Amino acid sequence: MAKFSLPKNSKIQPGKHFAAPAGAKNVRAFRIYRWNPDDGQNPRVDTYELDLAACGPMVLDALIKIKNEVDPTLTFRRSCREGICGSCAMNIDGTNTLACTKAIEDCASGDVKIYPLPHMAVVKDLVPDMTHFYAQYASIKPWLRTQSAPPPKERLQSKDDRARLDGLYECILCACCSTSCPSYWWNGERYLGPAILLQAYRWIVDSRDEDTGARLDDLEDPFKLYRCHTIMNCARTCPKGLNPAKAIAEIKKLMVERRA
Amino acid sequence: MSGFDRFRTPLKNARGLGSAKDGVHHFVVQRATAVALFFLGLYFVGLAISLIGADYAAARAAVAHPFNAVLLIAFLVTSFWHAQLGLQVIIEDYVHAPILAITSQLAVRFVCVLATLASVLAVLRIALGA
Repeated sequence: MAKFSLPKNSKIQPGKHFAAPAGAKNVRAFRIYRWNPDDGQNPRVDTYELDLAACGPMVLDALIKIKNEVDPTLTFRRSCREGICGSCAMNIDGTNTLACTKAIEDCASGDVKIYPLPHMAVVKDLVPDMTHFYAQYASIKPWLRTQSAPPPKERLQSKDDRARLDGLYECILCACCSTSCPSYWWNGERYLGPAILLQAYRWIVDSRDEDTGARLDDLEDPFKLYRCHTIMNCARTCPKGLNPAKAIAEIKKLMVERRA
Repeated sequence: MSGFDRFRTPLKNARGLGSAKDGVHHFVVQRATAVALFFLGLYFVGLAISLIGADYAAARAAVAHPFNAVLLIAFLVTSFWHAQLGLQVIIEDYVHAPILAITSQLAVRFVCVLATLASVLAVLRIALGA
């Protein structure tokens, strides 16, 4: 059966408290999920009080400040700090998003709660294990598949066909959508999830790709595709403002269209 | 995902048994029965309201009318068909133990087929004056 409660060794314990520096004027507390695979302890939530007057505006700024100045053991992924690499995807204030594009002042009042992406195995603290997610991406063969001999210069595309890729090519594979999807939580081993299905549609709808039928064949499966029950968490949480649910619906329409 | 074999490559796990090349039929029939049920459901509610206050003989006569008998049978068959398709998805979603999954899928199908046969027979007995 699907598991609805955490196993004993995953139950979260109260953690440490790091008080704000003396003389701090604009204090905000950050409650952050901590788990270390090496110490045999249960996960805990540590509280860090920061002086926002001496901190950048984004949640990632706060995380970096904590790591640099308060607690160097805090572990998280980050790279571009401008919403294009997808590394700092995590659950902030109850929603999956990118720490670098989420402003601290946009979080609900009270403590800012920061957890790793939901229902993923945790490597350490805010770092989830993305192995299966990336393997699922590889499984859709996300590259241009053609049989015709390559043209001497570039592969041409009408402006209309190019426009079909808008809303798809912007996906940065941060996994915010897939890990917000209850279907992906319960059946992530087999269900490809919104991110990978949006990427699959990006190649299905590409006018230069010649393997459309084979791509649809590979997706026509009760679990790979049809676990999407239009819950729409994916579209609501996408930090890039994309709509994976619509891409999945377009795939489902093509599945019907090629039989009619 | 913890049930994965760590000695297999991630791609082996992700590909699994491959595509079943199936699922679109279930998708189409679930929606077709849903559209049919919208209209048949409206009809059924209308019939039920029209029978408020009617006595047993009048209700029997209404069910026996060929127009009502045909639509009632259509409503019953479509309802149980749609119910089976919906329950199938719920079981696929949440029941992962193989024996429990197969048993519950079979049980749902048996119950839906038997309920369909029994309710259709009930309408036919009245319609055909048995």
